[in-house]
Amino acid sequence: MVDSAFIIEKSVVIVVVFAITMIMAMYSTWAERKVAAFLQDRVGPNRAGWGGLLQPLADGLKLFSKEEFFPNTPNRFLFVVGPAIAMSTALMTSAVIPWGDRLHLFGRDILLQATDINIALLYFFGVVSVGVYGIMIGGWASNNKFSLMGAVRAASQMVSYEVAMGLSMIALLMMTGTLSLKEISLQQTGMNWNVFYQPLSFLIFLICAFAETNRTPFDLAECESELIGGYHTEYSSMKMGFYLFAEYANMFISATIISVLFFGGYNYPGMQWMVENVGVNAANILGIAVLFAKICFWIFFYMWVRWTIPRFRYDQLMNLGWRILIPLSIANIIVTGIVILRHDLAAFLGF
Amino acid sequence: MIHIPDFANATTVQVIFCFLAFITVITAFLTIFSRNPIHSAIYLVICFFSIAGHYLLLNAQFLAIVHIIVYSGAIMILFLFTIMLMNLNERHQVHKPRITRLGAIVSFCLIVIVLITIFINSKPIVGDYDSTGEDFQSIKVLGKILLNEYMVPFEFASILLLVAMIGTVLLSKKEKLNK
Repeated sequence: MVDSAFIIEKSVVIVVVFAITMIMAMYSTWAERKVAAFLQDRVGPNRAGWGGLLQPLADGLKLFSKEEFFPNTPNRFLFVVGPAIAMSTALMTSAVIPWGDRLHLFGRDILLQATDINIALLYFFGVVSVGVYGIMIGGWASNNKFSLMGAVRAASQMVSYEVAMGLSMIALLMMTGTLSLKEISLQQTGMNWNVFYQPLSFLIFLICAFAETNRTPFDLAECESELIGGYHTEYSSMKMGFYLFAEYANMFISATIISVLFFGGYNYPGMQWMVENVGVNAANILGIAVLFAKICFWIFFYMWVRWTIPRFRYDQLMNLGWRILIPLSIANIIVTGIVILRHDLAAFLGF
Repeated sequence: MIHIPDFANATTVQVIFCFLAFITVITAFLTIFSRNPIHSAIYLVICFFSIAGHYLLLNAQFLAIVHIIVYSGAIMILFLFTIMLMNLNERHQVHKPRITRLGAIVSFCLIVIVLITIFINSKPIVGDYDSTGEDFQSIKVLGKILLNEYMVPFEFASILLLVAMIGTVLLSKKEKLNK
């Protein structure tokens, strides 16, 4: 039987991870405004709290107190289910991410990961592909042509970029030989980051991650000049808040996946030395801080791109996905295969 | 023989199985009976999810996740796409001719007869399962088996998919030429 200490440990880890995801998503909205202001030479929010730090709370309060508006739709249930799916899929992925190696507290090792399944990366892809339903069902149930157009655009974009994303991952997997994010982290100790071995795979993954989170330059789903507000045109109050919040949670999660897969996760140079000389706890708390520094950099990168690069046209988006990224990632797979099997190939060719 | 389950002493796995099986069957029926095509598609998605749950109960994590990615994440999304864009009206019920209905009833009866004979003649596995000591959940073992022992069926399946893909491209091209 599973002992109760294990259940308590895992529950604490899960609650903490959940809370951190929510807080990071909340403060991403604040950071987005601040970064936008910085890039456009403005001040940004500065009224609620010091430097506008209480602004996300004020926004949340405002969204909750707004009037709940239902459009004239025969599918009220699906209209409510849409944002619920978007929100829950955005929060589900954090279960498989290793936030650190282990802490030694109360005489037991606490693994800083909710669950270590050996198909963690596939789980991530599964959850992402289910996330499309939140947008499609919400857009369709709104009973509005513009919402439906936005939903169809968002969904077709996500489905097409998922293909390139999966193919770019295959090249990485051929090298790591495992799907478990914990093992992938462990393989990158020191500065042995995957990005140095698989730069092309990283580039494709980054572009696809932008498309998956529906951020500029790929935010055609909410293209204001053509589609009003996209799939959430008919939503109001906290239901719209959930859609917007899910976008920020997705951004946080994909920044985390990028850091874990390509930038060593919680590893930093000299971590082994820290574990031996300073102690497990100090070394791992520093590791968590390093991981969050990487994540914050990638979130900043998302915002930087958003406020710098204009939006693509729809045919350009589809061309980039199908004609450039997919052949490029297939070529990457072939090159990786040849490099991995170079000794066998040399022997086969008689060198 | 038909075993009547012992609900009083059911283990957790059995309870979960009954729950999942209930959802699977109910949503499968609702897929057929619901009038709105989009509702049918959504019920089918729920049905696929509960089938993935059955795979998880059988300890086949890889199969469950791939099932979700392929069926719920790709195929059903495309299905929903076409249905949403076609804007099928629920009042457009095509009146089927009598011969079609008769054919449906006859084929249904035949399938029921076949299924009942299968259930009557099937023999439950007696004794324990032999354990090979290999972890078939891990993708490493699975990949090696698929590309060594089951290489030929695996390649046949991929050729089948390729043919279907080429066929689809050809059909869509033809339609454009006619216009």
